Amino acid sequence: MDWFLQPTSVTDKLLVMVVAIVLFVAIMGLILWAIDRPKVPTWVVVTGFVGPVLAALAVGLLWPAIKTAIQSFQVSQAVLGPNGKPVIDRTTGQRSSELVFSLDNYSRVFSDAGFQKVLINTALWVLLVPILATAIGLIYAVLVDRTRFEKFAKALVFLPMAISMVGASIIWKFVYEYRQAGSPQIGLANQLLVWLGLEPYQFLITEPWNTFFLIIVMIWIQAGFAMTVLSAAIKAVPDDIIEAAQLDGATGFKLFRKVTVPTIRPAVVVVLTTIAMGTLKAFDVVRTMTGGQFGTSVVANEFYTQSFRQGQGGVGVGAALAVILFIIVIPVIAYNVRQMRLVEETR
Amino acid sequence: MAIAGISAAALVLTACGGGSTTPAASDTAGAGSTTTSGGSATTSGSSTDGGTVGATSTWCEDVKSKYGDLTGKKVSVYTTIVAPEDQPYIDAYKLFTECTGAEVSYEGSKEFEAQIVVRVQSGNPPDIGIFPQPGLISQLVNDTGKVIPLDPDVETFARKYFPEDWMNYGVINDIPFGIPNNADFKSLVWYNTKLYKDNGYSIPTTWEELTALQDKVAATTPPWCIGIKSGEATGWQITDWLEEYVLRDWGPDVYDQWVKHEIPFNDPKIASSLAEVGKVLKDPKYVNAGFGGVDTIASTEFNDPSAKIQDGQCTLSRQAANFDANFKNVKLGPDGDVNAFYFPPKTTDFGNTVLGGGTFYAQFANAASGRPEVDAMMYFLASPEFANARAKAGSWISANRGLQASNVPSPIQQTALETLQKPDTTFRFDASDLMPAPVGSDAEWKQFTAWVTGQDDQTTLNNIEAAWPAS
Repeated sequence: MDWFLQPTSVTDKLLVMVVAIVLFVAIMGLILWAIDRPKVPTWVVVTGFVGPVLAALAVGLLWPAIKTAIQSFQVSQAVLGPNGKPVIDRTTGQRSSELVFSLDNYSRVFSDAGFQKVLINTALWVLLVPILATAIGLIYAVLVDRTRFEKFAKALVFLPMAISMVGASIIWKFVYEYRQAGSPQIGLANQLLVWLGLEPYQFLITEPWNTFFLIIVMIWIQAGFAMTVLSAAIKAVPDDIIEAAQLDGATGFKLFRKVTVPTIRPAVVVVLTTIAMGTLKAFDVVRTMTGGQFGTSVVANEFYTQSFRQGQGGVGVGAALAVILFIIVIPVIAYNVRQMRLVEETR
Repeated sequence: MAIAGISAAALVLTACGGGSTTPAASDTAGAGSTTTSGGSATTSGSSTDGGTVGATSTWCEDVKSKYGDLTGKKVSVYTTIVAPEDQPYIDAYKLFTECTGAEVSYEGSKEFEAQIVVRVQSGNPPDIGIFPQPGLISQLVNDTGKVIPLDPDVETFARKYFPEDWMNYGVINDIPFGIPNNADFKSLVWYNTKLYKDNGYSIPTTWEELTALQDKVAATTPPWCIGIKSGEATGWQITDWLEEYVLRDWGPDVYDQWVKHEIPFNDPKIASSLAEVGKVLKDPKYVNAGFGGVDTIASTEFNDPSAKIQDGQCTLSRQAANFDANFKNVKLGPDGDVNAFYFPPKTTDFGNTVLGGGTFYAQFANAASGRPEVDAMMYFLASPEFANARAKAGSWISANRGLQASNVPSPIQQTALETLQKPDTTFRFDASDLMPAPVGSDAEWKQFTAWVTGQDDQTTLNNIEAAWPAS
């Protein structure tokens, strides 16, 4: 069984993969065959369908989540021998270490000035991106609604959604590119400043404004999503309501504020919360554009750096950051699910 | 010729053996161990009697007799060095295949530092890894226990060719793990030869001459050009500046105490050196030629100054010897377009202080695990034949005593190698590479980036000190 449990050669690994696929096909086949039998009781069918999903969730989601939560309360300490020096394995050179229960990871995350900045940045992202992206998407959807260029105008805003986050970040990195005053600018943003007669500006260096310039990238990506969903919601507002409001004298902005927005409110909330969840995971933009430098890091980026680049010492801190992210995202998801149900009820 | 080679080698031995034995032995402590190595293996006395050390060895016969027939076996090497810099390595490894019949498969990834940890922990390590810093080997040794110590024969052979301090950078918890690969000579200032000729600048050989030149240029344009941007690693260039100054201001002993955390990172001595660095790096009169104000240091890629040196906008740029890779179709050397001079010492108290870095080979399989070809490869990698073959391919020098300057094609690397081999050279390894990862490759980078964009000295040093792991 050694080749199966600890495959080392390429042949062994391929073999394990084939075994896994065969097992999967066999089990799925068995389930599908079994549910067609009329004599099979319902609970067997239910277990057959829900069971694999629950098992997969437990192994792939629940167990790692529990493990991460445990890790966030552990720090690695060297085991000291009787002479007060670390115990070292003479054949492998490894220093023995033990995991000790500790709240140090959390206290570090909340007390260290660097981590505090990470948390503040994350809060800024989660507040600004959903609100601004939804607002821009909503206003745009209303403005282009039923105009001659509607399709083209919508496609224009929706396009950034089709670009990967890394791709979008690279595009914007070029937009923000800085060249010394007097030399030709290659970045669009700085060229605009020069045309306006201003000095070129270092968009990605200067705290705290650089965080806002990164946030713009995320808004640029997400506004298209907001616009699409909200445009559909606006079109679904019944004509008779609009007409009745118009007869009552509501026009323009008043109509928008008093009739359209309240009618599509559940859709707005779903868009807000969905973008908020996406923003909490915003890793690519920060990583690609600044690498978390210049005080722009966010929780997702810092989690990666700590967990994978700092050795054993960073694992606990990384886990603590992941747990914090998890705790922040729970109420947003709960609210999102509730609103989605409301949207469905109104249909 | 042969005699000259031998006497040069003997000089090197005296230099390395005499000058830096004691502090070097304890340098490894900074890399993770808390015990000092017990002065094992060669002392300065025994290394000087190595008059036989030269450019040739019997590695091929040794490997054949020790490790048997290796025909058809395969050794995998995993590294950060990717195309096009990988080809010289692949070519140099052919010597090994010619001798033993074993193939070498070479794999490079810029994500090596993160990937090697993942690969080792998931049970899929390479046979040999080229580690960018000794700190990463020690992290893997202590976290995973999967790195395999050097075969005693390999160690004896390597100690014959490498100075003790270099061998000791690879010693973790008193056990030898690493064989030095290249040596990176960092204390160089690059310049445009035509610019110097046209303006009548002379090459500074002392600190006073350097500051005089700096002030002379500053009257018209900022003399220095610096970039520290390097993705996540943004800021590492400033760690080198501080290390140069600490070594020059306080000497090797204080430097070693600093690396080992015997004095804190925010010690007044270090603070004074950082203040000195700031007098250059944070003064708009002195930086940042061709790029703009002081804050452009943070937004300029670390290798961008090469273009400014070429077009004559940049008068002084402190860069390592391997910076030559940035100059394509440019003649290097005193009679070429671009050259480099040695960043002079501040006083004569500590000799010619040289800051350097290097990469190291470490293995994950050996004869005991049924892979004698991996030990054979490590044996080969310590040989002067490998060093000379690799050096001939360009942009590479090492601390290998068998490496001959005549085999180094770039005149700048040649000068670097000669300075490295001089008796009055005080060599010290890059401090941030020896410090624990949370300090040397996280806090230092972030804090110095913040420092150059406006944070004050004391906050910067206090924050770095706070990142030092407790145990």
